[in-house]
Amino acid sequence: MLKILKYSFYDLMRSRWSYVYLAFYLLLGTVLLFLNNDLSKAVITLMNVIIVLVPLIGTIFGVMYYYNSKEFTELLLAQPLKRSSIFLGQYLGVAISLSMSLILGLGIPFILYGLFKSSAIWDFSLLLITGAFLTFIFTALAFNIALSNENKIKGFGYAILLWLFLAIIYDGIFLMSLIMFEDYPLDKLSLVGTMLNPIDLSRTLILLKLDISALLGYTGAIFKKFFGTNFGLIISFIMLIIWVILPTLRIVKKSRKKDF
Amino acid sequence: MVNIENLHKKFNKNVVLSGVDLTINEGGIFAVLGPNGSGKTTLIKSILCMVIPNKGNISVLGENIKNNAAYRHKIDYLPQIANFPNNLKVKELIKMIKDLRGKTEADKQLIELFGLEPFLDKKLGNLSGGTKQKVNIVLTFMFDSPLIILDEPTTGLDPISLIRLKELIQTEKANGKTILITSHIMSFVEEVSDEIVFLLEGKIYFKGSISELKTKTNQPDFEHAIASILTNNHA
Repeated sequence: MLKILKYSFYDLMRSRWSYVYLAFYLLLGTVLLFLNNDLSKAVITLMNVIIVLVPLIGTIFGVMYYYNSKEFTELLLAQPLKRSSIFLGQYLGVAISLSMSLILGLGIPFILYGLFKSSAIWDFSLLLITGAFLTFIFTALAFNIALSNENKIKGFGYAILLWLFLAIIYDGIFLMSLIMFEDYPLDKLSLVGTMLNPIDLSRTLILLKLDISALLGYTGAIFKKFFGTNFGLIISFIMLIIWVILPTLRIVKKSRKKDF
Repeated sequence: MVNIENLHKKFNKNVVLSGVDLTINEGGIFAVLGPNGSGKTTLIKSILCMVIPNKGNISVLGENIKNNAAYRHKIDYLPQIANFPNNLKVKELIKMIKDLRGKTEADKQLIELFGLEPFLDKKLGNLSGGTKQKVNIVLTFMFDSPLIILDEPTTGLDPISLIRLKELIQTEKANGKTILITSHIMSFVEEVSDEIVFLLEGKIYFKGSISELKTKTNQPDFEHAIASILTNNHA
């Protein structure tokens, strides 16, 4: 698996898109720091960008990489390699190189600005860790979609829909249901609702850490009341890990039964 | 060498193989023939475990191939359409496959044989179809495996390379290897193969030598013998 990971990783590192992605984050980080002139404020703005953008990039890259490397995959399948190592290797290659672009792209401007002397360092690290988690989750989901759809256009369509649903529509439905059922106790529902969407979960996680009650919103407040800050952080981390593991397991399962 | 029992495969509703039983003994060249869509490639891909059969058992060199990857060390496979990662150089691809499968020195000789030296630093995406096929052949023959599977090996080759390929196949046969070939070029099949397997509508219609086929169909030459099977079954 490590060999496949190595080749996928190098392949991506050589492609133009990794650099575009890296350059974009470099630019974003620098611009935000100049506009905000303050590390903590920049972290909050960045959160809003990361939480929407990272899943989108992860999904698109994941699907694109899978379809583009189909030939490579077929070549590998005839070699004495386990299917699970081929697909896990490719998945990790994509997820790791994307996470690296994110971490380097945002890390460099923040470090140059004086991150290490600032109190925002933990908030910023958490932001990057969450970003990496989101990359892993959405790349895994994208691989799942691509494995299940032979048709490229369909695969892309479903991937975009998934992102749209989790990033935007889910919140809408969630909010509507909270308004419609406001006469009932909604604590549990909203807790579960947050856990079931990795994007909401990441947002709550970062806001809990930043401790900005004004931005926490209803679910965040319940989360905080229910779990307390530290326990809430741990629970959300565990949920994020589960969100990575489940789609990864499905990649292994699905790839075992697929015809090429 | 290869033992296939009651192999069934369908893609959605399209039945491709329905109960194939086939035993391939060690040594010699076997040709798998059949009209388009008769399941030749599916059969070969099932042996490689690239296609997962719905039913049936396959064993290669006595090992059941289900949930087993190591047995592919003993197979060299030449895929039908040479599709390689486009942004890789020929040299890098050869190095990579060696890294994945183990060391070999035979590649240098093969590169020389097919005159691929000028292309080693070119990207695979920029190669012509025939050159890609030559690279494909080098990748296949550079390992010393007892079973060699060639899916349409002649595609896109120029006459000189075709002669070299035939020589290569004969050398491997002389080394006691088992070679499985599919091809549409009947003269090529007639020239190289010892035994043929004819697939028709997902089943094995005929297995035996070319002369046996000629007697069975009552035809003077191989091409007409094949044609007569097809016309008799589709008329």
